Amino acid sequence: MSTERGKKGDILLEMKDIRVEGFSDERWHKIIKGIDLTLHRGQVMGLIGESGAGKSTLGLASMGFTKPGCKITSGSIIFDGQDLIKANDDEKRMLWGTKIAYVAQSAAASFNPAHRLLDQTVEASLNRNLQTKNAAETDARNLYEQLQLPDPNNIGDRYPHQVSGGQLQRMMTAMAMSPRPDLIIFDEPTTALDVTTQVEVLVAMRSIVEKFNTAALYITHDLAVVAQMADVIKVLRYGHEIEEAKTREMLVSPKENYTKSLWSVRSLEKPESPSDDFVISINNVDAAYIGGPKVLHNVNIDIPRGRTVAVVGESGSGKSTTARVITGLLQPITGSVYFNGEALPPALKDRSKGQLRRIQMIYQSADTAMNPRQTVSEIIGRPLEFYHNLTGSQKQERILELLEMIELDESFYDRFPGELSGGQKQRVCIARALAADPEVIICDEVTSALDQIVQEGILQLLLRLQKEFNITYLFITHDIAVVRAISDEIVVMYEGAVVEQGLKSKIMAPPYPDYTKLLLKSVPEMDPDWLTNLVDKRD
Amino acid sequence: MHPILITIIQRLLLGLLTLFFVSIIIFSSIEFLPGDFTQAILGQAATEETVAAFRRELGLDQPAYMRYFDWIGAVLQGDFGSSFSGRNSSGVDRSRAVIDLVAPRLGNTLFLAGMAAIISIPLSLILGITAALYRNSIYDRSVNALTLTTISFPEFFLAYLLILFFSSLWPIFPSLANVNVDTALGERIYKCVLPALTLTLVIVAHMMRMTRAALINLLASPYIEMSQLKGISKAKVILRHALPNAWAPIATVIAFNLAYLVVGVVVVEVVFVYPGIGQLMVDSVTTRDIPVVQACVLIFATTYILLNLTADIIGIVTNPRLLHPK
Repeated sequence: MSTERGKKGDILLEMKDIRVEGFSDERWHKIIKGIDLTLHRGQVMGLIGESGAGKSTLGLASMGFTKPGCKITSGSIIFDGQDLIKANDDEKRMLWGTKIAYVAQSAAASFNPAHRLLDQTVEASLNRNLQTKNAAETDARNLYEQLQLPDPNNIGDRYPHQVSGGQLQRMMTAMAMSPRPDLIIFDEPTTALDVTTQVEVLVAMRSIVEKFNTAALYITHDLAVVAQMADVIKVLRYGHEIEEAKTREMLVSPKENYTKSLWSVRSLEKPESPSDDFVISINNVDAAYIGGPKVLHNVNIDIPRGRTVAVVGESGSGKSTTARVITGLLQPITGSVYFNGEALPPALKDRSKGQLRRIQMIYQSADTAMNPRQTVSEIIGRPLEFYHNLTGSQKQERILELLEMIELDESFYDRFPGELSGGQKQRVCIARALAADPEVIICDEVTSALDQIVQEGILQLLLRLQKEFNITYLFITHDIAVVRAISDEIVVMYEGAVVEQGLKSKIMAPPYPDYTKLLLKSVPEMDPDWLTNLVDKRD
Repeated sequence: MHPILITIIQRLLLGLLTLFFVSIIIFSSIEFLPGDFTQAILGQAATEETVAAFRRELGLDQPAYMRYFDWIGAVLQGDFGSSFSGRNSSGVDRSRAVIDLVAPRLGNTLFLAGMAAIISIPLSLILGITAALYRNSIYDRSVNALTLTTISFPEFFLAYLLILFFSSLWPIFPSLANVNVDTALGERIYKCVLPALTLTLVIVAHMMRMTRAALINLLASPYIEMSQLKGISKAKVILRHALPNAWAPIATVIAFNLAYLVVGVVVVEVVFVYPGIGQLMVDSVTTRDIPVVQACVLIFATTYILLNLTADIIGIVTNPRLLHPK
């Protein structure tokens, strides 16, 4: 353990006019376009922005590291008095893992599958002979305990695949903390976790960073998360700094419009409207994948016409399986799906064209849901031909109409998916679903891969289309902000069963069943004291 | 019992089953070979009676399935029968047991294969690992180019090149590897240097490139980036973090090449006049000496099955997901 740790408040890291370029498509692109960053000892700074803002690149650059194919072209990085731009690889390697540690987004991929967790936890410490093996391992077990990992004395003997994602993420924090670094870079550490798991990891990370007075850069796109973790927040966009302010100041009065727009989706809220006219009823459905255990247990869901039913729950709770049963992609073992009062054939191949046409799907990943070798007009035109036998100029007219509906102009007609942004791709997928003239659209996590602002646009579009064409949505999501924005009714699922179903106002208000309560309580709020209060209440 | 042990036993049983089917295939394909041992020995002039009598003596008059069960039953008891050659219709039997013919040849082949393996496996691993470590450097490129060159030449050409340089121009090693049972170990090694080197040149490229590719494939993994960011040196990153995850593909390609060392080296044996099993088999095929051919092919099949089995097992035990299930 370092004996001469600097005082809290001294400058630890100073980056000036950092520029980073990356090589792709046969040329160099600017990723970071001149950013200054000053971090004091013991301070936690949140780096926030949409994808492509350069926040991860900046985080790595603070270690003097760039991903393969990238380079720091100018600027200076002074870490603890040492210039990392001038330092050679060996000098930087002396700092990495010991003075500066890195916590990556995907813990499952960032642990070596071939080694035990304990060995990986102490590797950096032993590599520099900071401690004896015994001392390092004892210390690691203490860290496991402080991070509230189960069975801290033995969990280190397991291999990465033998523990859960949330546990791995805490394990990685222990690994970063083992040599007691001065600075930890947290790169989207909770993005891949379910909300209920995220809370535990956030609590563990925050307490240990506070305890050892470690400075940290906390990179995320989730403002509510960063509000819990950071003392100061820096907002980035397209490689530029938008603004930097103390967390509380920024939440109360953001200066820039862009910063305000970052939480715009959270202010969106659809007024609910009840209805008893059910377009789809799922009755007593049990389902399993071939050769697997049952994943749906006696599921009953009623979907009212022209409304949005949001299905929420963690990964593995059966949300997507329910959608597959409705569309006929998966036959239920027992139970059936009624559409306008008539039982739908369980198997896709037994359904008529009309039945298929009335239920359409939009997927999470617009990238993989479209054929990259077809133009937008071919993609939208296909269901027009298939369901409505439109050809020639009739088809062309209808495609242009649909493009107008999704707020894209004629110039998109001949473009390929590769030439579109993420939000535009999702719009084309919406148009493709609309082309069939459906009564119900199943939206499976359609906004989770998108940035906040783009999310808002897509949600607004879906709401408008619902109003104009009286479309029914079954909206699968794990994001409570999205649920607020779009739903009339909510279905909460847990381990393949429906926990409760009802109007939004009823589900979002007490009394809650235990799981709903946990789920709602776990969603970070834009209040910097939210996590503290949550922990206090528990004690 | 540990699930790995169960898997290994399952694989062994499957291997045995494969071997059983292979034995049927061997037997039937030899049935389809054109020509007949009796006619080959007795010549065109032999009368039908002599041919028939000779066939009776060798058991060739029995139906094929009977002969198969006689053969496989004896093989299971370790008896590969006796060679056809050395017999003739005169009634004097000077033939030798197949096992006595094959065993010393197999021993020679395994010795040469072992020597080539001892040189080539560490060499290709070291070359592969260092090439991955310094990838796209001059070193990497020259190693790649060199090994590709040696694999592109026919074996006999490489053998003659080595003979030219190391036996003729600089007479360091002998060009003939004519060992026999009495040859002492030291001399045996000395005589086998050139054939072993030839084989090494032939197989190093494949193993080295696979090692390099398997490692480089892993270098893009997030856990490799993580180990770099933990301040681990480049060499340790490769050895400690990439290599343990690369054994499965490397073991497969090593097994493949080892099998080649046992079953595919007849050309090298011929060039160096080395009394290996490859030559024995080719000779036996020419003389229609069916028991010997069958024994050789069965040995080759067993070699392939055993080596691939070993590679499979290495793939399993180096995969922590299989070795340490949840």
